Amino acid sequence: MKILVPVKRVIDANIRVRVKPDQTGVETANVKMAMNPFCEIAVEQALRLKEAGHAEEVIIVSAGPEKCQETIRTGLAMGADRGVHINTETTLEPLAIAKMIKAVAEKESADLVILGKQAIDDDNNQTGQMLAAIMQRPLGSYISKIEKNHDGFAITREIDAGLEKLQITSPAVVTTDLRLNEPRYASLPNIMKAKKKPIDIVTPEQLGVDISNRIEVLQVTEPPTRDAGVMVSSAAELVDKLKNEAKVI
Amino acid sequence: MNILVIAEHDNADLAPATLNTVTAAGQVGGDVHVLVAGQDCAGVADAAAKIAGVSKVWVCDCATYAHEITENTAALIQSIVNGKGDGKGYSHVMAPASTFGKALIPYVAALCDVQSISDISEVVDADTFVRPIYAGNALSKVKSSEAVKMLTVRTTAFELADDASADQSTDQNKWAEIESIDDAGATNWVQFIEQSLSPSERPELTSARVVVSGGRGMQSGENFPLLEKLADQLGGAVGASRAAVDAGFVPNDYQVGQTGKVVAPDLYLAVGISGAIQHLAGMKDSKVIVAINNDEEAPIFQVADYGWNEDLFVAVPALQAELEK
Repeated sequence: MKILVPVKRVIDANIRVRVKPDQTGVETANVKMAMNPFCEIAVEQALRLKEAGHAEEVIIVSAGPEKCQETIRTGLAMGADRGVHINTETTLEPLAIAKMIKAVAEKESADLVILGKQAIDDDNNQTGQMLAAIMQRPLGSYISKIEKNHDGFAITREIDAGLEKLQITSPAVVTTDLRLNEPRYASLPNIMKAKKKPIDIVTPEQLGVDISNRIEVLQVTEPPTRDAGVMVSSAAELVDKLKNEAKVI
Repeated sequence: MNILVIAEHDNADLAPATLNTVTAAGQVGGDVHVLVAGQDCAGVADAAAKIAGVSKVWVCDCATYAHEITENTAALIQSIVNGKGDGKGYSHVMAPASTFGKALIPYVAALCDVQSISDISEVVDADTFVRPIYAGNALSKVKSSEAVKMLTVRTTAFELADDASADQSTDQNKWAEIESIDDAGATNWVQFIEQSLSPSERPELTSARVVVSGGRGMQSGENFPLLEKLADQLGGAVGASRAAVDAGFVPNDYQVGQTGKVVAPDLYLAVGISGAIQHLAGMKDSKVIVAINNDEEAPIFQVADYGWNEDLFVAVPALQAELEK
């Protein structure tokens, strides 16, 4: 089995983002970037399937500017075998990304594509579902467990009401939820080794995908802020405030 | 303009999130239709027909839709958007931004070669919407050039539409027409095995008027009954931070935050929760926030209307005793 793991380069989860003064987006210049946390979980799961003997190769793919290669290297340092960089400066939408991943998955004959369920920058939560739809492969979204079996994959999904178990056939597309695993840290020797691992570079044109945007971002603004309220020092005071001031109980 | 709202339900009851979605659809402007796909779901279709502002209900009652298998429901929606069932032609397809809608809408959109828009919190006009990005730390106003807009709706940002429990819906003349629709076939890729749901007598988390949430400070799952008792006194639901879920104190469906559930109750009590950005993303639109924490530096105090710097194992029992008075 070959596993393809699409990853996204995003502003580090620990950075507090700031809206640009011209309201065209958020400040990304000189801001620490990292692999999207859900994508790290996806890489980890691919590696675990490989280590369990279910997969021969794990390929990382990322679309975006040249700096994305750093994110691909992060995945290679974790233990993935090689990378594919789809090189473009254009801002990408999930449907265009899904179409490009489809092209790569078909070229690589990937049996399983594992994606993070959402990226923590645009919080879209779309690419995996779109990929499954256009590839016409079964979708396992928001998984917290996956096991390879004779018929494909037994998966457990995190849904609003609890957990759901499904059996899906192979090849398949799955997206990761938080509880799937705890991603490993790359060791120093593996970081060094990753520098020698190959990364193929392709363009959207070579993949035959039209990446023009269909959604126009008109304005990005700060949300309304909440001010800190008052401190209380007893249960009686709190209950009094909730009853007589806030009137919520 | 016709707008198709995808009902979320469990074949017995219509999920309240559907009512918020109908309100959002009403703000787009146009005829609002609701699709109920399920098995033995006639009661849900009846309930949908009584929602104020809904002019038609499509019902597809078929074993294929007994469980919410994304692929099957998506194929049905695609067939409707493409003109099945009288070729209505829809300008918008909307579903709640729950795990149901978030999985479904992008899938349908890709089948129809549409770029969908996730988690809208405001309808500006029929093409323009506002949605939170970066865990709600920025709001993005976006305009779609797609012929059909496919959207998921942040339910806490829209009021519940009046339903059967409201006065208007006792007038039968106002109920929407219910029409059956053929199924669109089933995939053989996906086999439903089972659902393990957390049984609860309490209100559902995303629609509860009061939410009592616990964090890492709860120390173990065995301490959560403390919060359950408090929630019951207040008629509320129990939630948790990601830290508490990751630590195994409570199941995943308790999680409030950027990647869990988004709630906006009248009263949110954060107990032993430090207030990471990712948690705030899921609750900062609550009307009144109370924070109980023994760390006076906890960021949760910066968004709380009422803060109480106290050990939760002292504060919560004291609060329970005070509420009993």
